Parts: sequence; C-alpha cells; structure tokens
Amino acid sequence: MKINDVILQTVTKIAVFIILTMAVYLFITGHNSPGGGFIGGLVLASALVLLFLAFDTETIMKRIPLDFKMVAALGAFIAVATGVASLFFDIPFLSQAYSYFNLPIFGETGLATVTVFELGVALAVVGVVVTIILSISEDV
Amino acid sequence: MLSVNLAIIIPFLAAVIVPFLYAKVSRKHIGWFVLIVPVVLFVALAGYIPSVAQGENYLNTVKWIPSLNIHFTTYLDGLSLIFGLLITGIGSLVIIYSIYYMSSEESLNHFYVYLLLFMGAMLGVVFSDNLMVFYAFWELTSISSFLLIAFWYHRKRSRYGAKKALLTTVTGGIAMLTSFIMIYVMTGTMSVREIITAIDPNHMLFVPAMLLLLLGAFTKSAQFPFHIWLPDAMEAPTPVSAYLHSATMVKAGIYLVARFTPVFGSHETWFWIVSSVGIVTLFWGSFSAVRQTDLKALLAYSTISQLGLIMSLFGIGSAALSMGTGEETVIYTQATFAALFHLVNHSTFKGALFMVIGIVNHGAGTRDIRRLGGLMGLMPISFTIALIGSFSMAGLPPFNGFLSKEMFFEAIVNVSQAGIFSLNVSKIIFPVIAWIASVFTFIYCMIIVFKTFLGPYQREKLDHEAHEAPIGMLISPIILAVLIVAIFFFPNVLGDYLLRPAMASILPSIGVEGMVQPISAWHGFNPALFMTIGVIAVGTLLYLSFKRWKRIYSLLPEKWTLDNLYNNSLLFMEKGSNRITSFYMTGYLRSYSIYIFLFFIIALGGTMLFTGAFSFDMTGDASIGVYEAVLVIIMMAAALAIPFAKSRVNAVLLNGALGYSMALSFVVFRAPDLALTQLVVETVSTALFLLCFYFLPEWKKENAPRRTKRNNLIISIAVGAIFVFVALSVRSGKLFETISGYFEDAYELTGGKNIVNAILGDFRAFDTMLEVVVLTIGGLGVYTLIKLKTTKEEQKLEDQ
Repeated sequence: MKINDVILQTVTKIAVFIILTMAVYLFITGHNSPGGGFIGGLVLASALVLLFLAFDTETIMKRIPLDFKMVAALGAFIAVATGVASLFFDIPFLSQAYSYFNLPIFGETGLATVTVFELGVALAVVGVVVTIILSISEDV
Repeated sequence: MLSVNLAIIIPFLAAVIVPFLYAKVSRKHIGWFVLIVPVVLFVALAGYIPSVAQGENYLNTVKWIPSLNIHFTTYLDGLSLIFGLLITGIGSLVIIYSIYYMSSEESLNHFYVYLLLFMGAMLGVVFSDNLMVFYAFWELTSISSFLLIAFWYHRKRSRYGAKKALLTTVTGGIAMLTSFIMIYVMTGTMSVREIITAIDPNHMLFVPAMLLLLLGAFTKSAQFPFHIWLPDAMEAPTPVSAYLHSATMVKAGIYLVARFTPVFGSHETWFWIVSSVGIVTLFWGSFSAVRQTDLKALLAYSTISQLGLIMSLFGIGSAALSMGTGEETVIYTQATFAALFHLVNHSTFKGALFMVIGIVNHGAGTRDIRRLGGLMGLMPISFTIALIGSFSMAGLPPFNGFLSKEMFFEAIVNVSQAGIFSLNVSKIIFPVIAWIASVFTFIYCMIIVFKTFLGPYQREKLDHEAHEAPIGMLISPIILAVLIVAIFFFPNVLGDYLLRPAMASILPSIGVEGMVQPISAWHGFNPALFMTIGVIAVGTLLYLSFKRWKRIYSLLPEKWTLDNLYNNSLLFMEKGSNRITSFYMTGYLRSYSIYIFLFFIIALGGTMLFTGAFSFDMTGDASIGVYEAVLVIIMMAAALAIPFAKSRVNAVLLNGALGYSMALSFVVFRAPDLALTQLVVETVSTALFLLCFYFLPEWKKENAPRRTKRNNLIISIAVGAIFVFVALSVRSGKLFETISGYFEDAYELTGGKNIVNAILGDFRAFDTMLEVVVLTIGGLGVYTLIKLKTTKEEQKLEDQ
C-alpha cells in the first residue's frame, strides 16, 4: 500500500534546510553561546530522521550515499586525534589552543582548535544516531 | 629529542597504513613494505650502541596527563637497548621469513597489522619508564598476541590456545597493575628510575607488591605453573611462534624481572622466589619436552625450560644487590651477566629452530617426529641449521649456547658454595636439579635433529615428497645460524657493547668495572666443565635407550595435569555463571528495573541513612516563582497520568509533555545548553518512537496481581522519595570547597564565552572524548547485534 504523504514531504523539503542551517549555526557558535558539537550533531541527525520519516530510507540513502558507521568512526578518530596532536607540541594530551584573527567580512574572529574536537564529537553523534535508526528500521 | 618515543609510535602508524597499502600493492609484495619498519628501527637503535656502551642513558618525556603523574616517558639504557634490538632484529628476520611462508591466499593485511601492533607494543614495554604507560603496552602485547595466535580463527584449537594465552597473561597483568598501584602508594612516583631510589624495603606493602609483580612476570614468561598456555599458543602460524618465542612476548616477563631487580632485588624473598621458580620451570619444561611428538610442541616446552634457566639466573644475580662490593659479589654479577648472555643466545637459536621446523612442516607436510626421518639428504641446508641450533641449545661447542650454559653451571655451583641467605639446604639441590634438567635438554635437542633428519625416510607416511624450502625462506635462519657461530668466536664484542651496559642498569649500585671477566670458550678444568661432560655422556646414553625408560611418563595419571585443572575450572566457572545468570535474567524488562531500583534504594538510601546524610537546610533557598510552580504542576500531572494512559499514543505524548516541560524549566533557570540538548533529544526519541510505532504489538492492559502492583508502587515511591531527599540534602552538606571559582577564568583560559562548552571541550575534554568513543562503540554494537547473524555455513567453519 502506497501512503500519500504529500503534506509531510513538502514541509520536510523546506524544514530540512532550516534544521540543517540551525545545526551548522549551533555547531559554529558553540564556543560562545549555547550550542556545540553534541547539540549540533543531534540537530543534524534529527534533520536526517525527519527525511527518513517523510520519505523511505532507501530513497534517502541513495541520495546521501554515506556509510554512517564510517562517519561515526571518523568522528571518534578526529576527537582522539586532536588530543594526540597536542603531544607533538610537547603539551599535555588534549590541550586546546585559541587565537584571534582578523578575517575579511567577519572582522575580528576567535578561532579555537576545540572546534576540530567538536567536529569529531558532532560526526560521531550523527553517525551513531543514524546508524542505530537505520539498522532498527531495516530490521522490522 | 623524540626519537625513541617516535620509534614506539612508528609501528602503530605503519599498522594503520597497511590496510590502505594492501588495497594498492599486490598481495605478494606487502611484506617487503612492512619489512622497512623493523629494519629502519633496528638501524636507528643500533646507532645508540656506542654511546650506551659508554654509559649514556637517554630519557625523553612527553607530557600526557600531568595531573595524574602519567607521562609518555621513554628510557633508553643498556637493558632496554638489548631488548629493543632483539625485537626489531628478530622482527625483521621473521618478516622476511613470513613473506615466503605465508600463502598469499591468507588475509595477509590482518597478519601484518597484528604483527606491527605487537612489535610496537613490545617496544613500548621495553622503553616505557612510566608505570601506567608500561602497563598499557604490556596488555597491548597480550591482546595483539591473542590476535596472532588466533590468526587461523576458524580452527577450534587456535581459538582455544588464544583464549588460554589471553586469560593467563591478562590475569597476571592485572596482578601487576595492582602491584604498580601499591608501588605508587609507597613512593609517590610513576617513574621506574625514581622508584629505585624512593622505595622503602620495610614498607608494609613492599612484599605484597613484589609478589604481585612477580605473578605478572611469571604468567607472561610462562613459568611453572603458568606455563600451560605456551604449548597451546603453538596454534599460531610458525613465523608468529618464532617471533613470540625467540624475541618477544615471553621475554617480556624476563624483562620485567630484570627491570625491577634494582627495586626489589635486595630482598631475600625476591632471590628465593625468582631463582626457585626458574629452576623448577627449567626442570619441568625440559622433562616434558622429551615426551612430545610434535616438533613445535617440543620447542614450546624447550622455550619454557630455557626461560626458566634465564629466570633463575636473574634470581641468583639479584643477591649481588644485598652483598655490597665484596669478593663474593662477583659470583652474583656473573649470574646476571650469564642471564643476559643466554637471553641473546636463546633468541638466536630458538628463532633459527622455529624457522627450520616451519620449513620441515612446509617441505614434508608434517611436524610429527613419528612420521619424519631421513630428511638429511633431501633438506641439507635445513639440516645444517637445525644441527647448529640444537647443538647450541644443548650447550655444545662451538656454538654460543655452550658459553652461556657454562656460565650458568658456574653460577649455580658457586652460589651454593657462597652460603648466602642460609642456603645450606639447597647447597646440593640447586646444582642437581640444574644438571638433571640439562641432561633432558640435551636429550630433546638430539631428538629434534636426529629423529627428524636421520634414520629411515618414511615416504609412505608423508602426504607428498619432502623437498628443500625456497631460498627466501632460508635467508633468515641462515643469518641466525651464522650469528650463533659468530657469537661463539667473538663473544666479547657482544659482552662489551651490549651485555655490560645492560648489567649496569640491572645492578646500578654495583660498579660493573672488574666485576665481569671476559667470556672465554676455554675456562679451565672446573666443576662446570665436568658437569657438561657428564651431561653429554649421560644424555647420549639416555637418548639411545629412550624406548626403555619412556614409561616413566605414564606414571602420572592422565587426569593430574595442570591443563585439566585449567579446563575444568573454566568449565566450572562457565556453568556456575550460567546458573547464576539464568536465575536473575528473567527476560522481563520489568524485573531488571526492579533489581536496579532495589539496589539503588538499598545502596544509596541505606548509606545516606547510615551516615546521617539526610539533612535539610531551607534557609538559603530562593522563593518559588509562578513559572516554576506552573511547570512543576504540569510535569507532575503528566507523570501521574502516564500509568493511567489508555493508549500508547497518549503515553508517548504524556512522556513528551514531561520532557518538554523539563526543557522549559531549564530555560527558566537560564541553562540554555541543557534546554537545547533536552529539546533535541526529546524530539529525536519521540520521532524514533513514531518510526517504530507502526510495528509495535497491540497495547494490552496488564492484569498483574494486586500484590505486584502494590510492591511496584512502593518501589517507585521510594525511588522518587530518595531522589527528592538527595536533591534537598545536597544544599546543606558541603564536603568540598566549590570549584566554580576555577571556571570564572574560562574566557581567559579557553577563549570561549560559553562556559558549558568550555568545560566540555577544554577543561573536561578527556571525558567528552571517551564519551564519544563509548557512543561510537555502542552504536556499532547495536548495528552488529541487529545486522550480523551467523549463517549455518559460518557456523560450520567455526567448529573445525
């Protein structure tokens, strides 16, 4: 039986972009206002969940051909690697650094290595959530 | 300088690269690329020899977790240098050998990844100065050797052997960790070098720490009675056996004893335990080796026995530490010197022998000596190598084993004359056991050569015609055989450049100068030489009459073996834990929640009641605003309504209402991060629920008996009450100073205005990192549980 979810699908098409934008915003702004890798990753995952709900998983997986297990592993790897990287500068494991740069358009901006670490966190969250959802939904 | 630290990391990095390389390069050539790693490391380490021989030591520290005193510190001195050279040198030869040995149909990428992991872990063990880092690498050697032993994991025996090795060595490893913690309590430092000066032999924990440490060393080095795992580890591919036995894994325990001799060695207990366990192992290993019919099993027992020999020498040598610099000390320093010398010699001849056995297995198709014989003409080169290796192991000239064996006899005879630690009882026992063990050693060495290569050639018992190995497979054993002879003729090169510096690091309080005489093949007519002559005479006699006295092996009942003890205790534990598990694993989520909650009520509520932690101080509390009151009422109403919900949708919605109001209350209390997280988690979990909603079974009203309902009600009220009491008590009981002041500087320290994020990413980043790793593992766990179901075909493979 084919269910007609025209309304849900139409709303989703627009809402997903809003949610994704929100996710990116939350991720970037994390260091200074509410947000960060974990929340950003969760919001991003929720956008994907919405897509899976509105369309079926196969269609979406065809459009986003990512192995989410690898995404999770990559995330965990990045998080650990940023910690290891600090060893090469003879500072303790997982030390983070930050500095201010004068960028065009943005003006004076603070950039911190913690963003890379947070990226790892975000990827791991997205990967795990989507992996679990996909494997559960395909099992039934 | 980072070079030694880097040397440890290089194999791990290479292990990461191998799978990618494997996809690009043809299967046959992968080994040559892997070979680069140990060769480069060997050359780099060899560059240290001249300066280390001058007495230089190198210490490199990379800070890791300074607050816990854990640093990635490497220490390069004579002792660690010897081991480093053995690991990389033998490692190179093993890899060359494996290139020809392993068929290209095997999963070679796994093989080399495990091998590199193992190499890196071993280098980490011998170069680490920090106890915790040492322990981490130590366990990594157990894990990587587990993977290597179980390389042919479809065979039942391989899995059994791997599990046995892992269980034994990890048990010992945990004992060692306990010992390390005790040492840290005693000395307040994690650095081995600092411990040597800081330890107090009269401390209450000194002896327990020593015993636990030795447990770690004995399990790893397969000392009696923990030796049972080693023969079963033979299920690994031959290059692996050669590597594990000759250079690495089992020598880690020897290294541990040598490394900690300066710490514990001055104590009488250390001397007694190490030397007697070593002697007993020496005897039992050689005695059991003779009865083996599988060549590899025979070599496994011979490794056990040789390790016992080295161990006992280190035990005897430790006495030097409590003697001062008197005349007698020379005897004991000689013992340590002999131990190091035999360590190197053992690596050369055992490595060569393992490789030859692999060649025989390859060429004749079997390792069973009852089916072998007469291979001398067919495999002349292998025969020569086997002859050199076994004669060296038997302690015959002109091979290096002769020299160290003589020194062993000398040490053991001298030690009983010196009368140390009231040695009167064992004046005779030690030399006698050592001599008998050497006779058995001689016998099994002869068995290896003569039963395999002499006698009648039994074509009908072999699957195919025996043939000599390809030249590539012979390169490594030939190099080792040349070394065996070279060391005999020029032993003092080795002695001066490697053994002496190593000895200096084992016995730091004794000046090595003048304590060690140069090694010489001819050392006069002394007891040691007579003992050797006796060994050869009696050994030959017994070898020839083996058939007549081999019945003594059947005197002990079949059941009375340590192997049986291991199997039965494992079986017993499995059954016992099964019974316990099936007692409480009812299959109902309800019961599990009840266990958890009951435990919570008893443990937390009980403790708090007992210690009088329930105390309420309401004076400082803020007044309750309108928003808060409304939110609390909504949450309470939602929570109370859930049990009475008539349909599943209602329950889900009520649960959602509870969660969202919680998020709102976070907003009211100005915790935007928490509110955001709560909102998103709530949304995702509700969505997930909707996703599988369609497939859930019909909602049935349960008709539990009244008593169950009442009990559940009591439990839930108790849990809720304890939570409220804890929350209220937290306000009044302050055990520690608040640490919030520390976070006030968050902006200066991290450049982040969001303090929650600064804590997650900067101050407590270690927690976050581990959480991410755990999350990933959890996700993969869910995936494997749901996705991977064993097919029948795989099941069949498993039971081979």
